[in-house]
Amino acid sequence: MAYVAVKGGERAIDAAHAWLAAERRGDTAVPELETAQIREQLGRAVDRVMAEGSLYDPDLAALAIKQAQGDLIEAGFLLRALRTTLPRFGVSLPIETETMRLARRISAIFKDLPGGQVLGPTYDYTHRLLDFSLAANGTQATAPEAEARDEAAPRVPDILGREGLLEADGASAAEPFDLTRAPLTFPASRDARLQGLARGDEGFLLGLGYSTQRGYGNNHPFVGELRVGEVDVEIVPPELGFSVCIGTVELTECQMVNQFAGSKTQPAQFTRGYGLAFGHAERRAMAMALVDRALRAEELGEARTAPAQDAEFVLSTCDNVEATGFVEHLKLPHYVDFQSELETIRRLRGNTGKPATSLPEAAG
Amino acid sequence: MKGYNFAYLDEQTKRMLRRALLKAVAIPGHQIPFGAREMPLPYGWGTGGIQVTASVIGRGDTLKVIDQGADDTTNAVSIRRFFAKTAGVRTTTRTAEATVIQTRHRIPETPLTDAQIIVYQVPQPEPLYKLEPSRTETRRMHALADYGAMHVKLYEQVARYGQIAISYDYPVMVNGRHLMAPSPIPAFDNPKMHRMKALQLFGAGREKRIYAVPPYTEVVSLDFEDYPFRAGRAPHACALCGDTASYLDEVVTDDRGGRMFVCSDTNHCATRRERAA
Repeated sequence: MAYVAVKGGERAIDAAHAWLAAERRGDTAVPELETAQIREQLGRAVDRVMAEGSLYDPDLAALAIKQAQGDLIEAGFLLRALRTTLPRFGVSLPIETETMRLARRISAIFKDLPGGQVLGPTYDYTHRLLDFSLAANGTQATAPEAEARDEAAPRVPDILGREGLLEADGASAAEPFDLTRAPLTFPASRDARLQGLARGDEGFLLGLGYSTQRGYGNNHPFVGELRVGEVDVEIVPPELGFSVCIGTVELTECQMVNQFAGSKTQPAQFTRGYGLAFGHAERRAMAMALVDRALRAEELGEARTAPAQDAEFVLSTCDNVEATGFVEHLKLPHYVDFQSELETIRRLRGNTGKPATSLPEAAG
Repeated sequence: MKGYNFAYLDEQTKRMLRRALLKAVAIPGHQIPFGAREMPLPYGWGTGGIQVTASVIGRGDTLKVIDQGADDTTNAVSIRRFFAKTAGVRTTTRTAEATVIQTRHRIPETPLTDAQIIVYQVPQPEPLYKLEPSRTETRRMHALADYGAMHVKLYEQVARYGQIAISYDYPVMVNGRHLMAPSPIPAFDNPKMHRMKALQLFGAGREKRIYAVPPYTEVVSLDFEDYPFRAGRAPHACALCGDTASYLDEVVTDDRGGRMFVCSDTNHCATRRERAA
């Protein structure tokens, strides 16, 4: 082989992009996927991309999924890269999940409670049998309807809180940290931690949450409440001075009730773990709540022994856009570094048997 | 590019970056946290360098981008195109013609001038991370100039191998105060950083850190009196231009152990061949 200088990077890139586009389209005999189909029929994928892309826009998330050929991490990255260029018009008021229009609301700690248990659309009690009729002829799905209950559904932590059995929520800082504008530094405040977890990789959060259940930082959790539904987003335009609703978002909120804190002087109280996610994302919200509670170990005077309790480890590792970039960057050329390693290893091998090995410190 | 600001980033973000850069220049080698943005290129592929370049480049600048010393490696092409598209600046492959040079893993062979800025892409700005993974702890170590652990690491290598065995990203002491990761350039390039005439800027996007070495600053590779720093290169001449002093890439030419060595700095090699012709 004669040495051919590696030229033509530009042509190669253009050709690769063209091939990618053709591969994305697939067999042209099959109708092209519309983004509306993705939005309507792959809603859970859309929700995950909105959460990890930290941008609530089902249409753009559907487009990102299409563009990424269903690679949800790539799709989340596409949304993030767009999001960072968008101007900021203002900050919303805190959303009120208590007034959420509930599609689903369950509590694992009270058999019945004000507002009731609302099962809603869930896979929980489905039998996981492949439904071949979905492949054959599709479905005409109609769901029975009922009148919405005209009854307030207070959040379970508030019910417990009235009796003082659950710790109060900490006072919120006037100006919350903004992870998308400021670098994360440690120790990280809880608002910063929750922001990091809210857009962390679902699989990573799930694994960490699971690890706490398997004894690596156990915090004895109960699902106080899990609710899914729509909430209004309100802003106060400075020229008006009162709040106006600018739209709604679908959210999943998990309030985890965990074992006690307290002492001889402080009465025992349940402690909180909190999870919140865009869309219908129960696994994500629950895992987030488990990890949030684990990360509070230090504040609650618990020994920090497990990975899920180490904020620096969790928050510096959970972002899948960062993680996938750095893992995949190993594909980039490393000729120069590897060459320097080659020179070093050849030099070291040439040295074998020389004075180094006779030094006592070399043992082990 | 339509719909985007000059050099992609909005002016507020550039301002934030420039503030971080000014701090970085004021404290040579010290890592400054900054609010790194998601870029349309992946983390780990030069987002820190791209953000730094975007915040210092102007319409009159000429940009050169290299990866592994070469202008035509795919990622260098991709980043050069990014700025050609978003900033419309002139680009060049000639080191001497560039006013801003963004680099991954090399410093050009041609000495840089005080009219140039070199921007390094940095995967891991913390020189101590292999010894102490907690950045909370390494911050404390930097504050106290507590760098004994790194000297112990070098000593252990001498004890074990008879020499210091770091080949790239070889730690340097900047301005006699801060231990700094020079980015994964080969140790061969470290001496070029010492009292370099050009401003050296370092961007780590994923790790959200910026640092800098101002012109003419002391940059000393760590070593011992009896085990001095040594910069290694393959002991060959470039098969294309014949240079015996440049850093070489090793190219596998067959499956029977055949090798050839060529300059890693493609512009340096091409210029030498032009002159010889």
